[in-house]
Amino acid sequence: MILPKIKVLRSHGWQYIPDLNAVNLTDEFRGRPILTPSADMADVEAAAKICPTGAISANPFTLDLGRCLFCGECALRAPKNIRFTNDYKIGSSSREALVVKPGDEGIDFCHKEVRAEIPKLFSRALKLRQVSAGGDASVEMELNATGNVNFDFGRYGVEFVASPRHADGVVITGPISQNMAEALDICYHSIPDPKVVIVCGSEAISGGLYAQSRAVNRGFLDRYKVDLWLPGAPTHPMTFIDGVMNMINLKTR
Amino acid sequence: MIYYTTDNLAASVELKDVPDVGYAALYEDLSERLKQRRYHVVHYFAVPDGEALRFYLLLADDEEHRVMISSFRMEYYDDVALPSLTALHPALHPFEREIAELYNVEFDSMPWCKPLRFSFDRRNRNSTIDNYPFYSIEGDSLHEVNVGPIHAGIIEPGAFRFICNGENVLHLEIALGYQHRGVEHEFAATQNRLRQTLIAESIAGDSAIAHSTAYCTTVEKLGLGTASEALSTERTVALELERMAMHIADTGALSMDVGYQLGQVACEALRTMTINTTQAWCGNRFGKGLIRPAGTNKPLTQEKIRMIAENVKEIRHRYNEVVEDIASSPSLLSRFEQCGIVPKTEMARIGGVGMAARASGVGRDIRLSHPFGAYTRLQHKMVLQHDGDVMARLRMRCDEVLQSADYIVALLEGYKPAEIARPDYCSPLKARSLAFSLVEGWRGEICHVALTDTQGAIATYKIKDPSLHNWLALALAVRGEGISDFPICNKSFNLSYCGHDL
Repeated sequence: MILPKIKVLRSHGWQYIPDLNAVNLTDEFRGRPILTPSADMADVEAAAKICPTGAISANPFTLDLGRCLFCGECALRAPKNIRFTNDYKIGSSSREALVVKPGDEGIDFCHKEVRAEIPKLFSRALKLRQVSAGGDASVEMELNATGNVNFDFGRYGVEFVASPRHADGVVITGPISQNMAEALDICYHSIPDPKVVIVCGSEAISGGLYAQSRAVNRGFLDRYKVDLWLPGAPTHPMTFIDGVMNMINLKTR
Repeated sequence: MIYYTTDNLAASVELKDVPDVGYAALYEDLSERLKQRRYHVVHYFAVPDGEALRFYLLLADDEEHRVMISSFRMEYYDDVALPSLTALHPALHPFEREIAELYNVEFDSMPWCKPLRFSFDRRNRNSTIDNYPFYSIEGDSLHEVNVGPIHAGIIEPGAFRFICNGENVLHLEIALGYQHRGVEHEFAATQNRLRQTLIAESIAGDSAIAHSTAYCTTVEKLGLGTASEALSTERTVALELERMAMHIADTGALSMDVGYQLGQVACEALRTMTINTTQAWCGNRFGKGLIRPAGTNKPLTQEKIRMIAENVKEIRHRYNEVVEDIASSPSLLSRFEQCGIVPKTEMARIGGVGMAARASGVGRDIRLSHPFGAYTRLQHKMVLQHDGDVMARLRMRCDEVLQSADYIVALLEGYKPAEIARPDYCSPLKARSLAFSLVEGWRGEICHVALTDTQGAIATYKIKDPSLHNWLALALAVRGEGISDFPICNKSFNLSYCGHDL
């Protein structure tokens, strides 16, 4: 019957975000933190002590987004020193650039670290194969969301494909469980060269809560070069979109 | 007395008060008792205790709203085989398989003692997930299809091996363990309660609120005190928001798999709206950061109450339009109906829980049988379907989304922002005690059990996600179906891999 469909369509309306460069997330969203040192660093030391992944250092004062799970607890312990903004542009091609220092005005994407062939080959189409290796399903759902009716990243030719043979790169989520280590390796080698490696989510970047677990095996990251690091717990779709746009030097207009 | 009797609201129990009975007595009692559907085992595990292994078993009595706890002991190096309860009541298979995998305990006449998750501390290190011998059947007309561990979409890993006769599935074996991260071990390895809370949130990201609620309730029972009425109301709103978001997502996923694009995109947009509502409340689309022990950092404000109620009303209205469209589309119904049937008797036998069990007419719902939080005040009415097919599981979702929306609106109506304490990460926990918590997540029954040592530190933490029971239901659902119907059967369950493999 057609009438119920018209009703659904009418309520649905237009959903896509016209300009992916002009997205503002809710103020509640915890994105890039701003660090402000003070004479008395006792609050920061207290925050560093409870940080579940040891992402905070009081001396020198830094916060490593590759470890941060964005629980926001440190900002409550040290409100004068740590404040989370809703800036979702926190991806970088350099692991070191994810370490936030006082006075930083944004995460440096480090364009010079990107291999020259990546924007040259992939700026008009990038097909990715995703591998979850101990991911908790939240990053995976956010990656699915990048292609949904709201974000529609597919409009620029960036899509996820079923087979590694069809892919230009791999997106890894999760701390890389021992039981997935071999499958991940096989998948990586099935992707034709040249290929990109994207590590998505703080759990994947540093192991997160499972960095010390004997059930994970992070050897993959020692063996292969990573082209894009995307922090988050989970990584917001906009963080992914912004990071990939930067990596392939995508011009939207 | 074989059991210590308690319920889902009571405080922890001291370990010395848990009866230490012999296995023979427990076996005899359970083999009779589990024939009645009112009883089901919510957890059963073993813990090394000096030179011995101590087994704990938690049995739920749905009619009397009670939970009965018992235990028995076995010398660590004893090689006596225990008569298997799985042989009588298949519902116990994941528990016995875990115990056998971790401690080499033999269960006599256990039908199939397959490794559960290839955990890193398993006894037999020669058996790995990469060399697992799948079940096979010989026959000229049969062929095998392997799917996984990496699947075609953006989804967690698990290996499916189909044995097909032509296009029809004769048998499906599901091999899991790829997602094993050592979660339970990590809980006991730290006494940083904030870290433990975050681990709970990461057990299964799509059930972050349900699992963190189970964790927080468990530690609250160990001495942090009962959650206030306001706090339990806010947690219940969060739980129902999570249920709405995931049920809507699965409605969209089922729509996608049958080529019903309108339903798919409408549900995608509605799920975005639901999780963005959660994000506007607590800063995270999955509700991470919202549930904290004995308090909250994100109490509702007047403005947020209005925002949530308004959004939920609109989502309810628009989702209902999709539901009506599905009901009026014969081409959709013909795909969903009579597909992937799990009959009631079978679902009960294998111990199915939650939404999938209710779709087959098995009334397992913790909100009703062992109410917690605001459900003690809500007069929850359980949604029940009887056909046990994909359509029944879809109808469960349709009805529960509308019901959850109504609960949220009812809970928020007249709710005034209350003074709620900040989270408690420091107060000591009771020593030598056992606490458990049962929570009905969107998939079903979640059970967390904590055992503390003489210092009050968590020494053992056991987690059960509903997927532990329900994966077998999926394997049974596809028997006799065309293999091309596997995707909709799978999506109609949408089980957790990481919740199973922990």
